[in-house]
Amino acid sequence: MLAAPLAGCGGNWQSALDVYGTSAISLKHLIILIVAVCSLVWMLVLIALIAALWRSRDARPVSPEPGRERRMTIAVTGAVVATVLIIGTFTVMSFVATRALTVAGQDDLTIRVRGLQWWWGLEYIGPDPSSRFETANEIHIPVGRKVRLKLEGLDVIHSFWVPSLAGKQDLVPGRPNELTIRAEHAGIYRGQCAEFCGMQHAHMSLLVIAEPQDDFDKWTATQRQTAAQPADEQTAAGLQTFLAKPCAACHTIRGTAAVGTTGPDLTHVGNRRTIAAGLFETTRGSLAAWIADPQTIKPGNNMPMVPLTPDELRAVSAYLASLK
Amino acid sequence: MKPSAAAPEQRDIDVERAQLTDALAETWKTPSGLWGALATVDHKIIGRRYIFTAFVFLALGGVLAALMRIQLAQPEARLLGPDRYNQIFTMHGANMMFLFAVPVMEAVAVYLAPLMVGTRNIAFPRLNAFSYWIYLAGGALLWIAFALDMGPDVGWFAYVPLSGPQYGTGKRADIWAQMITFTEISALAVAVELVVTIFKQRAPGMTLDRIPVFVWAMLVTSFLVIMAMPAIVLASTSLILDRLVGTHFYNPAEGGDVLLWQHLFWFFGHPEVYIIFLPAVGMVSTMIEPFARRPAFGYLGLVMALIATGILAFGLWVHHMFVAGLPRLGDSFFTASSMAIAIPAGIQIFCWLATLWDGRPVFKSPLLFIIGFIITFVIGGLTGVMVASVPFDTQVHDTYFVVAHFHYVLIGGAVFPLLGAVHYWFPKLTGRMMSEALGQWSFWLIFVGFNATFFPMHILGLEGMPRRIYTYQPDLPWHGLNLFVSVSAVILTAGFLLFFINVMRSARFGEIALDNPWDAPTLEWATTSPPPSYNFAMIPVVGSLHPVWDDRDGLPVADGLRTDRRELIVTTLATAEPQAREASPQNSIWPLWAAIATTIMLIWSIFSPWAVVWGSIPAAVALIGWFWPKGTPEDES
Amino acid sequence: MREKIVLDLGKLPLHGMGTASVTWWGTLAFMLIEGTGFALVIAVYLYLMSLATAWPINTPPPDLLPGTLVTLILLTSLIPNILLSRWAEQQDLRKVRIGMVMMSMIGTLPLIVRIFEFPALKVSWDSNAYGSVVWTLLGLHTTHIITDLVDTLVLAALVFTRHGRSPRRFGDVQDNAMYWNFVVATWLPIYGCIYWLARL
Ligand code: HEA
Ligand code: HEA
Ligand code: HEC
Ligand code: CUA
Ligand SMILES: [Cu+2]
Repeated sequence: MLAAPLAGCGGNWQSALDVYGTSAISLKHLIILIVAVCSLVWMLVLIALIAALWRSRDARPVSPEPGRERRMTIAVTGAVVATVLIIGTFTVMSFVATRALTVAGQDDLTIRVRGLQWWWGLEYIGPDPSSRFETANEIHIPVGRKVRLKLEGLDVIHSFWVPSLAGKQDLVPGRPNELTIRAEHAGIYRGQCAEFCGMQHAHMSLLVIAEPQDDFDKWTATQRQTAAQPADEQTAAGLQTFLAKPCAACHTIRGTAAVGTTGPDLTHVGNRRTIAAGLFETTRGSLAAWIADPQTIKPGNNMPMVPLTPDELRAVSAYLASLK
Repeated sequence: MKPSAAAPEQRDIDVERAQLTDALAETWKTPSGLWGALATVDHKIIGRRYIFTAFVFLALGGVLAALMRIQLAQPEARLLGPDRYNQIFTMHGANMMFLFAVPVMEAVAVYLAPLMVGTRNIAFPRLNAFSYWIYLAGGALLWIAFALDMGPDVGWFAYVPLSGPQYGTGKRADIWAQMITFTEISALAVAVELVVTIFKQRAPGMTLDRIPVFVWAMLVTSFLVIMAMPAIVLASTSLILDRLVGTHFYNPAEGGDVLLWQHLFWFFGHPEVYIIFLPAVGMVSTMIEPFARRPAFGYLGLVMALIATGILAFGLWVHHMFVAGLPRLGDSFFTASSMAIAIPAGIQIFCWLATLWDGRPVFKSPLLFIIGFIITFVIGGLTGVMVASVPFDTQVHDTYFVVAHFHYVLIGGAVFPLLGAVHYWFPKLTGRMMSEALGQWSFWLIFVGFNATFFPMHILGLEGMPRRIYTYQPDLPWHGLNLFVSVSAVILTAGFLLFFINVMRSARFGEIALDNPWDAPTLEWATTSPPPSYNFAMIPVVGSLHPVWDDRDGLPVADGLRTDRRELIVTTLATAEPQAREASPQNSIWPLWAAIATTIMLIWSIFSPWAVVWGSIPAAVALIGWFWPKGTPEDES
Repeated sequence: MREKIVLDLGKLPLHGMGTASVTWWGTLAFMLIEGTGFALVIAVYLYLMSLATAWPINTPPPDLLPGTLVTLILLTSLIPNILLSRWAEQQDLRKVRIGMVMMSMIGTLPLIVRIFEFPALKVSWDSNAYGSVVWTLLGLHTTHIITDLVDTLVLAALVFTRHGRSPRRFGDVQDNAMYWNFVVATWLPIYGCIYWLARL
């Protein structure tokens, strides 16, 4: 029943094996190496097992005999030494790789990522306070630049994970964390909350859109602006309804009287590819469906069903869709 | 002490063999009827009950797993909503860990350990009865709550704040926390019994280097229980306090800390997985001997590996928290310690391989399960080594890769040996053999079904599928593999079903078993199948690690025990020199009353803190009744 | 299996005392469980302390008087307790009876002072995490005193009945005394935590 949010967008699925971020690429190498060595170890064990069982088909005396016991002791000791060497190597490798995970430069772009049940609040922090702006569920980053994410859990623990770009990091209430990501290729990368966070943990995804610096600058310029004024009668009615109904108590639309903070910032909601944390592609229809009955579509989420007449619903969704 | 002059005492040497066994049977008997069943303190009856109950929970947990697999077989399935699904996976995990895996291992030991060390009952047999009732009550609490739609829905490790007062509304998280208290009380009780049985009640001559490996494993496990379970009791109690009386342990706004919960939980949680795993490897080391037809290679290595794993177990917990944001240098230390576990694990694997190499294997179902165990557990252990690497784990933590890892180690590493053990010790428990044909069929179904179910989960995890999601969107590329996994789970379930059928059929109609049908070397096979209520008519005297093999011409035994009171031998810790003829307590109904009183108090305290005050009065009364001497020969001498 | 008799156990005592008694080992095992529990709560205390910017959180440190008094009472109680244990070892029923009555009374003293110790913490369990952890420490220790006191009272009653004159009872008295020593010993680090660490 749900539309494919990325179909046709040329997006890349979240996968630790389909990687486009600096960190994810090196992690993939590490993963492949460790898996290969471990597969080899498993195969050796299997060969030894088969040989042991095969060998025994010839009937031989059973009682332990010192010569054979000694040879077996040597074999077992050898295998243990090999084990020590392998895990020693693994430990050093992961130590080195761990250090590489944490390096962050000074002048990086910084984004505050807030995890809430069950959506992502985003705040872009620029060099000066006037360049800050809020958005939700869709992160834009310039290709090839390190971006620092400040991760904060506002209610329960969530986990930020965009596997094609980097490993995950939890958002823990009371304990801010950081993660640095860097996309090597332009593209759309899907991520999903990885720490169980209640009812709609399954539907708490986000998109990271890595684009050339120019596009990124254009995007930030748009985002900084206040919401577009209603252009026609229907959208104007939509804004009126939005302000008259409880919507404004939870949502902010910059440039209007709506300043709620419980729900996502909707100033440029029509500009985002998806709504409700990756559940639908953003269209007037999907907006209307969502507003009409959020609880059936995403059971348990924190937006209540607000009774609207069909006209109001049409108007509100047209207005929101127009907020590019 | 001088034997009391008043009672004319009866000794085993004074009577003929037939009279001896009659007298012992009279002294040690469990009266028939309901009352007898409720009051019994026979470790074999309680152990059997415990095992049976644990397997019921396995079947129930398996049914939940089936529901999850149906739901996940296709994207956006509507069979279960998020609320039900979250309860179901939490129930599945909590049930499998707390009501099946830990208790079943302890249950097997409750039955076997006293027999294997050559004594007549477990130490503190009344505590043993109590621990079973408390376990049953905890299991019932969880499942009744689930039936009433009050089942916990916060995952088996119930992270705060999700389980805390603000976000875990209703009583669901309290049910989880209190179920923990029940199962931990019972596990701790059994651990104490086992430690003391193994330390002090070994047959004369069973020095430390003559203890069967399974018994060693249970000794180490019991110490793990004793040192690890207090952490979870503290965690769940403080959670209830946060929820009920407004303390702030886990509230960052008032100086509490969210990660404190994770530290406490995993300080218990990691040893917990070895509490499940060590008994299983102990079973393997013990079972492999009759089927390889030679002593297990490297006894010292096997025992040292158990002890080393037990000690290392307490230095690993942070590997469950690699992405929680702790200092990276500290994380790397836990990578090293986690990887180090591969050494004792490897030692054991290599010793078993050597045993099979040098032996002449008999391909009966227990050996099949051992072979299946080696193949699958090594996969699970190696994926464990993978997730122990911090950078690797940042990609697979909380995904199906980890789900695959822990089912490989839990099912491959613990359930396979357990199923082998059921086939192996079934004749001892019931006096009947299990069907070999059905056993082999169920092995192959389970082995194939298991690998087909869980192997693809590794790939799903790497492809980005997080765990604990009740559904996924159709355009995500996980559909095919999930369907395959769900279909394979049908084969797995069929295998388990066949196993259950085999057990039930064989219990009624199985071929009558010999006392020692596998020609096994340990003491439990030196008595009848099933053993009499007093286990051994005369206490064995042990001269080697394999008494039954090494004394084929006649088992050395000791005499001089009274037959008119329940008497067993206390020996010294290291060398097992006889020290005293201790009396083992009589049957008693008081453990049941104590368990009922405790249950009322614990359940009531979910709702009101005053329950602890008022509820402790009947509990104290029951305990006094339990310990007050009743004038039996056991109480008085 | 055929059996051959190689050992006569008839001369062994009918009940083991001290390390030859399973109850002794059982008590030890329970002490290990509870000791781990205490150690963990103390670890939680230190952990929360290490996170806090100021410790105690928003309150002055607790009053020293009641807690120190309890410490003194507990330490003094060791003397009669150890004597009692010795009498039990000598199986001197008369002295054991006196000792049990004595310990029953001494056991109530710290409880009475405890009533004043909780307010002396100057913080409520629901004020903040500091309050929660000190109340838990004190509460946990108090339950141990109560449990041991109940045990002592029951045992005191028992030694005055006909069941009193049995080596088994003397063993119980010894185990009970050992447990009291444990209750006293665990108090010392807790006392140090609650009263002195908060003053650092
Ligand atoms: C029976 C249970 C059991 C066992 C035995 C193990 C064994 C191991 N486990 Fe596992 N584990 C679990 C049960 C178990 N685990 C569970 C239930 C969870 C998840 C909890 C949850 O989140 O719900 C978990 C999660 C878990 C994690 C956290 C993952 C995450 O959440 O991201 C980690 C990380 O380090 C880990 C590591 C290990 C390691 C290193 C071992 C080692 O002991 C393995 C050692 C064995 C071998 C290595 C194989 C044999 C050795 C050889 C053949 C020698 C040659 C080997 C080499 C050269 C490497 N486990
Ligand atoms: C020993 C422990 C154990 C065992 C045996 C199992 C067994 C199985 N588990 Fe379990 N599992 C866990 C421990 C275990 N699991 C834990 C700890 C979690 C984590 C929970 C959490 O995240 O909180 C988990 C999570 C978990 C998930 C992830 C859920 C999620 O994250 O959303 C899945 C998904 O497929 C799954 C599947 C299965 C399957 C298919 C089996 C199969 O092996 C089941 C096989 C079937 C049977 C054993 C039943 C056969 C019997 C019958 C059909 C009835 C017959 C009845 C009678 C005769 C009376 N498990
Ligand atoms: C009580 C608070 C509340 C009220 C009232 C409310 N919302 Fe919401 N809204 C939310 C929350 C919380 C979310 C995020 C839900 C999620 O994704 O889990 C949300 C999400 C949305 C979204 C999707 C935003 C995105 O980027 O994903 C839209 C559009 C929206 N709301 C519109 C409305 C309209 C229109 C109304 C009034 C008719 C309204 N909301 C009333 C809390 C509220
Ligand atoms: Cu947020 Cu899962
Ligand atoms: Cu672990």
